[in-house]
This record gives sequence, C-alpha cells and structure tokens, in this order.
Amino acid sequence: MSVLLIAEHNNKEIKSFTLNAITAASQIDEDLHVLLIGHNADDVAKSLSLVPNVKKVIQVDNEIYENYIAESFTPVVLKHAENYSHIVCSANTFGKNLMPRIAALLDTSQVSDIIKVISTDTFLRPIYAGNAFATVKSSDLKKCITIRPTSFEAAQTSGGTAEIVKADKHEVTTNTKFIKKEEVKSDRPELGTARIVISGGRGMQNGENFKLITDIADKLNAAIGASRAAVDAGYITNDHQVGQTGKVVVPDLYIAVGISGAIQHLAGMKESKIIVAINKDGEAPIFSVADYGLEADLFEALPKFLEELNKLNTIQK
Amino acid sequence: MKILVAVKRVIDYNVQIRVKEDGTGVVTDNVKMSTNPPDDNAIEEAVKIKESGKANEIVAITVGEEKAQETVRKALAVGADRGIHVKVDGIIEPLAVSKILQKVVDKEKPDLVFMGKQAIDDDCNQTGQMLAALLNWPQATFASKIEVKDQYLEVTREVDEGLETIEVKTPAIVTCDLRLNEPRYASLPNIMKAKKKPIEEINVSDLGVDVKPRIEQLKVEEPPKRKAGIKVSSVEELVQKLKNEAKVI
Amino acid sequence: MSREVMEYDVIIVGGGPSGLSTAIKLKQLNPDINVCLLEKASEIGAHILSGNVFETRALDELLPNWKELNAPIKTKVTKEKFLFLSKTKKISWPTWLLPKVQQNHNNYIISLANLCRWLAEQAESLGIEIFPGFPASEIIYNENGSVKGVATQDMGLDKEGNKKDSYEPGIELHAKVTVFAEGCRGHLGKQLIKKFDLDKGKDPQQYGIGFKEIWEIKEENHQKGLVMHTAGWPLDNSTYGGSFVYHAENKQVFLGYVIGLDYKNPHLSPFDEFQRFKTHPSIKSLIEGGKRISYGARALIEGGFQSLPKMFMPGALLVGCDAGTLNMPKIKGSHTAMKSGMIAAETINDHLKENKDLSIYEDKFKKSWLYKELFEARNVKPSFGWGLILGIIFTGIDQILFRGKLPFTLKHKHADHQTLKPANEMPKIEYPKPDNVITFDKTSSVYLTGTNHADNQPVHLQLKDKDLPINYTLEKFDEPAQRYCPVGVYEVQRENEKDKFVINSQNCIHCKTCDIKEPSQNINWVTPEGGGGPKYGNM
Repeated sequence: MSVLLIAEHNNKEIKSFTLNAITAASQIDEDLHVLLIGHNADDVAKSLSLVPNVKKVIQVDNEIYENYIAESFTPVVLKHAENYSHIVCSANTFGKNLMPRIAALLDTSQVSDIIKVISTDTFLRPIYAGNAFATVKSSDLKKCITIRPTSFEAAQTSGGTAEIVKADKHEVTTNTKFIKKEEVKSDRPELGTARIVISGGRGMQNGENFKLITDIADKLNAAIGASRAAVDAGYITNDHQVGQTGKVVVPDLYIAVGISGAIQHLAGMKESKIIVAINKDGEAPIFSVADYGLEADLFEALPKFLEELNKLNTIQK
Repeated sequence: MKILVAVKRVIDYNVQIRVKEDGTGVVTDNVKMSTNPPDDNAIEEAVKIKESGKANEIVAITVGEEKAQETVRKALAVGADRGIHVKVDGIIEPLAVSKILQKVVDKEKPDLVFMGKQAIDDDCNQTGQMLAALLNWPQATFASKIEVKDQYLEVTREVDEGLETIEVKTPAIVTCDLRLNEPRYASLPNIMKAKKKPIEEINVSDLGVDVKPRIEQLKVEEPPKRKAGIKVSSVEELVQKLKNEAKVI
Repeated sequence: MSREVMEYDVIIVGGGPSGLSTAIKLKQLNPDINVCLLEKASEIGAHILSGNVFETRALDELLPNWKELNAPIKTKVTKEKFLFLSKTKKISWPTWLLPKVQQNHNNYIISLANLCRWLAEQAESLGIEIFPGFPASEIIYNENGSVKGVATQDMGLDKEGNKKDSYEPGIELHAKVTVFAEGCRGHLGKQLIKKFDLDKGKDPQQYGIGFKEIWEIKEENHQKGLVMHTAGWPLDNSTYGGSFVYHAENKQVFLGYVIGLDYKNPHLSPFDEFQRFKTHPSIKSLIEGGKRISYGARALIEGGFQSLPKMFMPGALLVGCDAGTLNMPKIKGSHTAMKSGMIAAETINDHLKENKDLSIYEDKFKKSWLYKELFEARNVKPSFGWGLILGIIFTGIDQILFRGKLPFTLKHKHADHQTLKPANEMPKIEYPKPDNVITFDKTSSVYLTGTNHADNQPVHLQLKDKDLPINYTLEKFDEPAQRYCPVGVYEVQRENEKDKFVINSQNCIHCKTCDIKEPSQNINWVTPEGGGGPKYGNM
C-alpha cells in the first residue's frame, strides 16, 4: 500500500497547502510518494525531496504543464495511479478541480475534504458547511481523497532525502486553454468567504482609524468587516457590515476590534471558528463569545498586533 | 445552442440543521428545502445566455426523490424550457449522479452543461468535474464570469490566488460560483406558466447506471462545542496563541 | 403604474388553517370555482406557530376521512394536569374541577405547521393554486369602494426603494371575493377593519404573545400524550398568562408561554419571563438533560366575542384570527379558524351562485357552533382584569356552574397599546442571565427560527414618526420595544453621546407584537419581500 500525493506549486515553490496535505497523507500510509507535474520545476522537486515524510518524488516535466490544467494533469496521474492505494491532494481550488476528474476515470467515489484520518479507509469530513461531521468509510479499492489543509499541520521541510524520479509526459489533446491568472493581492477576499475577517466597531472613533485595521487585513489577507454602529456612523461603507443585513460570516478567524457585541453583530459572526475580541470595556458582551479576549485600548493594541505579525516567519494565507 | 442545467434539492441555507440523535444523518422531516444556491446561479446564467440570443434551449435536470422535482419546476419558472427528473431514492453519490448525467447528455446532446460548484449539503464538489471526465469534455469550475464566444467559452474562475481565465471549447462543463450573477425572482405569472412546461420523468433503473453507494456513512455527529474562551494579557500572547494554539494564522 | 393582472373567482390571503379550510371547502362546494391562495412564507407552514392541542370538530366536518388521508394528527391526549406555580412550589389542580372547555380528552397534540402543510396538499389535489413566497402587500379597491383584490409585493427593491437588477414588480390579483386569512393582526386586515369601520361598537381587540420551544427530553421524563398547563409564577397576580407543556411524539415536548399584551409594566420582558419560567423546579426537572431544538413566537388574539369585528365587507371577508376567532379559555384557535373559513366558503358559494350578499356570512356564523362557543367563552379573559385569583374564581362560576350562560358580558376596557404605565412608576425587573442550558438569550433563539430577509430591501417595520422612540418612548416607557420583541429586532444604542433607535428588521419573525404593543402605535408592520421571515419546521 502506498499513497500518491499530487503537489500544488507554481514551478518555483511548493504551495503551503500541499505541506498540510503531506501530513495527512503520511497518516494514511508512510510510504508516501509525491507526483510533481510542472515545467522547469526542479527547485520544487528538490524542496519536496527534503520533506522527511516524502519517500519518493516523481517529477514529470514538460512545457505543456507550465500552467495547471486539470484536463492535462489527469492522464499523467492516471498513468501513475496503478501502483497506489490512495491518490490524494489538498482540498483547495487546485485539488477540488483536479481530483474528481481522476476519481471518475478510476471509477472511484471520492472522499472530499477530510479533516481527520481514522484508518486507511475511514475518514472524518465536515458536511453542511461544518455544521455536522460525518465519519465515512470508502469501499473502493483505490481511494481518491482531498484533504482540508487547515485541519493538518504543515509537514517539515528539511531533513528528508527522498529520491527524485523523472517520468515521461503524457500528452493529450485538451480543449482547455490557459489564458491568464490575476493574483488579486490588493483585492481583498470577499467578506462572506474570507478565511479571516477583521472587523471594527464604534470604538474606531472615525473612518481614518480604519487604516489600523486595513494594515492588519493586508498582512493576514483578511476581509474587512464592521459593526452596524461603525457603518451608521459613516466610518465605512455598508457592504462591510456583519450581522446587520443578514450577512453571516463563518471564517476560521474573526477579530472584533472596538465592537461591544450587540445582539445583531453576534448573530452574524458567532459561528466563526476562532473569535478574538479586542475591547477596552472588559464587560462588553463580545467577550462572552470570544476564544481570546484582549482587554486593551485598540489604538495601542492594533499597531502592536501588526508589529507582532511582522515578526512571524510565515502567515497562512 | 442547448444548455443543460443540473439542479439539486437541499435543506434551505437559512435552516439550522440538526443532527439526528442516532447518528444516522440530519433531520429533514418538515424542514424547508430549496434549490442548492449556486445551482440558482447556473440557471440564471443559462437564462441570460439564452436572452442574449446565444442559446435556444435550456433543459433543467435533477436527480433525486419525488419532491426533487420542485427544483426543476422552479428552474422552469425562471426561464428553463423543459425539465428532466431522474427519479432515485436514498443517498446518491456524485459519481453516480455524473454517470446518470452522462447518459442524459448522450441523449440530449447539449453544447453546455451548467451546475453549481458544490452542493451545500454533502459539500462534495465533484459532480461537474466527474461528468467532464466521463464525457472527456473540458471543465471550467468555480466560474465567476462566462463569455460565450464562437465555439468556445471564456471563463473567469475564482481560484485561491485570485482570478484565472481559461478558454474551453464547447461542448463543455461549467460549475458556477455564487458571484457569477444575481439570480432573478420567479414571477407569479411565470410560475403559472412553468406548471405547464413539460418535465420528463426517468426511472434511474432505465438508465442502466449502478447507483449503489461506495461510501458508507458510519456516523454523523455535531461538531465539537466551542471551548470556553480565555482573556489574554498582552498582544504578544494573543499572537502566540493564534499561531500555536488555534493555528489560524 | 400599471401592473400585470390575474383574475380569479376567489383569492385567499394567507395559508394558515382558516385560509386553507376556506379553499378546500370552496372546491368541495363547487369544483369549478377557481381559487388562488397567497402565502408570504417561503412555504406553507413556515410561518405557522401554535401549541397545539387540536380539537378535530371542524376537520371532522371538512375532511371526515382525515385519518385515512394520513393527516399528521397522531398523538391523542392521554392525561392532563393543571398546576399553580409559586416560585419554588406547585399546587396541582384536580382536572375534574377544570371548566369543561379546558378538558382535552379526545383532542390531539399536533404541530399546526405540519397540519397546514398537509391541508395544503389536500387543497392542491383539489386544484387550488397555492403560491408561497408571495405576500399580498396592498389592497386593490373598485371605484365603488369595494374590495377588488390584492397586489403582491414588489421584489428586488433596495433599502431606499430603488429598483435593483433583479427587480420584479408585484402583480394585481382581482377576484369576485377576496378572503383575508392572515392570522392575528394581519396587516391588510388591520387596514380593512379601519376603512370599513368593522370594529364599530366592539370592544378593543385584545392580544397575547405566545412563545414556543420544542425540546427533545430524556426518555424517562417523557409521557406521550400528557398535556399540562400552568398559571402563576413567574408572572405577578395582575399579569395575564400561563404556560403549556405538551408531550408529543418522539420524546418531544412542546413548551410554551402566553402573556397577555395588556401588561402594564414597561420593564416586563415576555421573552425573559418565558425563559425564567423554565427554571421552575417542576419544569427544569422535566427538560434537564434534554435539548432545545426549536424556538419561535407569535401574537395571538385574546379578545374573543366582544372584540370580534364584523367579518364581511363589499367584496371581501375576514376569516380566522384576521378577525379574531380564537377561543381564549379553551386556548384553541385552530378549529375555530377552520370553521370560520368553512362558513366563509359557504357564503362565497351562495354569493357566486345565487348572488346573495356577503352579509349572509354573519347569519351563517350566528347559526353555527362556532358562535355558541365564542359566546360562552366571552367573560373569561376580561375577568382576569381583576387579577389571577379573582379571575379564576369568576371563571369557575362562569364556566363550571353557568357554562358561559351568565346574563351579562364583561368588557375589554383598553387596547393593549394603552395599558403601559410610565417606566418610572413601575418596578424594574431583574432577569437572571441565561445559562445556555435551560435558558437562552435572544440571539441563540432567533438562530433556531431560520429567519432571514433578503439583503438590501426596504425596512418592513415602519415608524410613523422616526424620532418618537428616542424623543418620547425612551424617556416615558424606557422604550419597551427592546423587551417585547421576542427576537431583539429593536435596540437603543448609545452613539456619540446620543441614543439611537435601531431596527434589525432582518431578524423579524413576523409575530406582530410591535405593531400591537407600541404605546403610540408608531410601528407599522408591513410585508417584506416574499419568502422572508422564519422557516419553522414542526411548530
């Protein structure tokens, strides 16, 4: 039994979610091989070989793999799939796009978005947007699995000595053509789908002070939210409002700054995975739902927060 | 051009789901059901394309129990021309749905198949891609913008890093994101008219597709409860906790 | 503005027990009548909330084979209890000493929402067109002043009332007869009562607010078929109200509380009274170890016979609690609502067939058991104006000895919005904090209702004077909207050293309490975009 993991990368670096997926994959079976499909991606192959959990790197290099197109990646994976009991990759837009295409051609019912490996055939996965967890057991001989990256630690990236094996391309005619990719760095994630949301309330005192929040949002790739009070006071436009107009956010991390926690606001964010409250009023209702409460003046706490974030080596995006 | 749009009936997104005590699933009795939200976007986009004169027929299809037909009826009320209901009871996995859709596509020969990117009940995100694989058609998933050109589509996809634009030759599969458009309301007269539009009913057994589940759902449970929060004494401690304890940054 | 028009013989506004019974009866009397029923909820039943211990009398007449048709009426009442509560104690009142109207053998514990879903299936099988998600927002009149029909709500307007891309104009539905079956405090019914002076010579209508939670409790605490009511704690002697505890199927208990909206203390919070009620030892022990699975609230009619308006007008009829047919001492309004709808259907059939005037509704009504029932019940609620103890004594005499036949009728003196005393004259009430096990806050409660209203639409809770809440009501009554609203729609917030009245209309569960209780009648509840509001399951 061996596991084949399909790496996501940009021909220069491994994408961080692949490192999380490697951790999960090696929990399924220690004999973990990574399939690297790309072009001029020797650096990536090298980095992958240094990951201790990886036993072998299979590198397929060709200009047709310069950009990631599921239609051209699939036949390569299928060609190598024979020797493996599990085909896995991360459950982000990369893996979500690719894996079902592979699974269908292997006639396998895919297990999507697992958050825990229970055994080689049994996994835990969230359903109903995380409002329920299902334990599922796959009866397919060959299993196709995508892994929720945030549920597993990133694998270590040094100390490994996996061999790198080159393999041939497998050309097919595809009817899909890559045109362009716009990496929207300045464009913030949408409030409704962002992994991190940082919101300001009336405590911000004016619109200019939202700059303190914007800086942190840039750093964390977070969406910017606001309480109704801040919107009504004209500090920020109403499309940022959380909880007021029926907008409910469920990010992994919600940071409420200078928000007292009116019933409406709580309704809009209290299902967030981790809630942080920064408020100088220690009695504010927001603290009742916060995982981490910081009783402090936001005008001192926010610049300090940014400073601390800048000290970190990596920040999940 | 003909567009086939697949729609699914799911628990309404406003309803707080409740896990059954015996761990066999979630409570669905007398729970408000609706069309899977991004499937509404799929229908809307098809209708827009038809309104622009680039398509001449929209066929809405659902796979599911008797009542799933409501979703097809709703699609008819906002502009689909006719419907197909493949009747099947019980849990049906995306692999089986895509095999069913493949059979229908073989028969209907649409130029495009649209559907939502993911169903909000099982959160699988598989059917569109699987159907594309089985048909050996190109796929454009997570579509937030679609431009219909001659013999191909230019599709903007919402990917992790931002936006990606690809061209897919028709016939093709597109799975739609919520940001693709704003679905219209069904007007009362159109709901009336939709009642008269035809819906073809097909028994899954007549398609010769094996729909037996391959994945056994051993247990469904509530997610673990929120732990009681703590107060931190400094920003340093906060960042350290977020990084190492909560692991969210 | 010209809107699309659809014509029907009969339009029914509202898919509750009265509207659905009207529809079914109409089709039974004449299958050729074309009937359209509008419902503001996203589906039939989604805005229905009721106890409910159901008396089958009207249904037996309407659909005698309801058992064969698999109506969701399964749990027969097997045992009854009535408790008087003090803070920690209870006194059990022997059921044989209860008035006959409060005895429930032969009745069933049901979910009215599910009964309505089933009635809708029956109605559709008879050919009635039911349109959920389409609120009737406006009454259309003929030139001669008679009711011509209704218009449905425009969809796709933004907050300021501008048309969005998804704008879909409402349409007009014209009919020979329009039946208003919106339930308690229907927003069109309210306009009709005023326009046609239907309540002339009647006592002011009386209302209550009813809460309901569904609990799944431990098997050993569950006694399927048990019906229990309580009076007393936590309410004081002068506040009218009490609880219900119904043991339904599947280890479920329907737990509820009703408080008369004629309460005087502006500091009173009906929601918190209900939550506090659950901490009574005899209730807490029942639900401990269980789980709350549903929550909701709805205003109900308590005025009865004295307050019942005239139910006909040119071109239209009122049925059910849009008029006010609930029988308060019986704590039941479903069978009476259904019966009123059936009588309306007979009236309409005669009207369409023989051109009889709609005023025959009143004659038919007076000849029915419904009238007799409401007449005999008439003195119970007003007698509680003397307080709980005297009310009970009087009710005993009135209902047990005289069976409602005393030769006088007590009056309802005030409308509910007039009963509040100034805040500074009344004691503040300190409610305990929720423990999130037995008692909860409004936020977590509204979550369970599945309530939502589409983003960016006009606020459907309109203030006649937008400054009144802060300039007058806050100082005089400590803005009671903050407390009488069961889901926290209304808040007073402090901003830049100033108070601000905030309306979180997207949380509104369409209970209508604000429209009733606001002391200056300053809040006007109108229909939001279709499909908005709660999504009740088994309420």
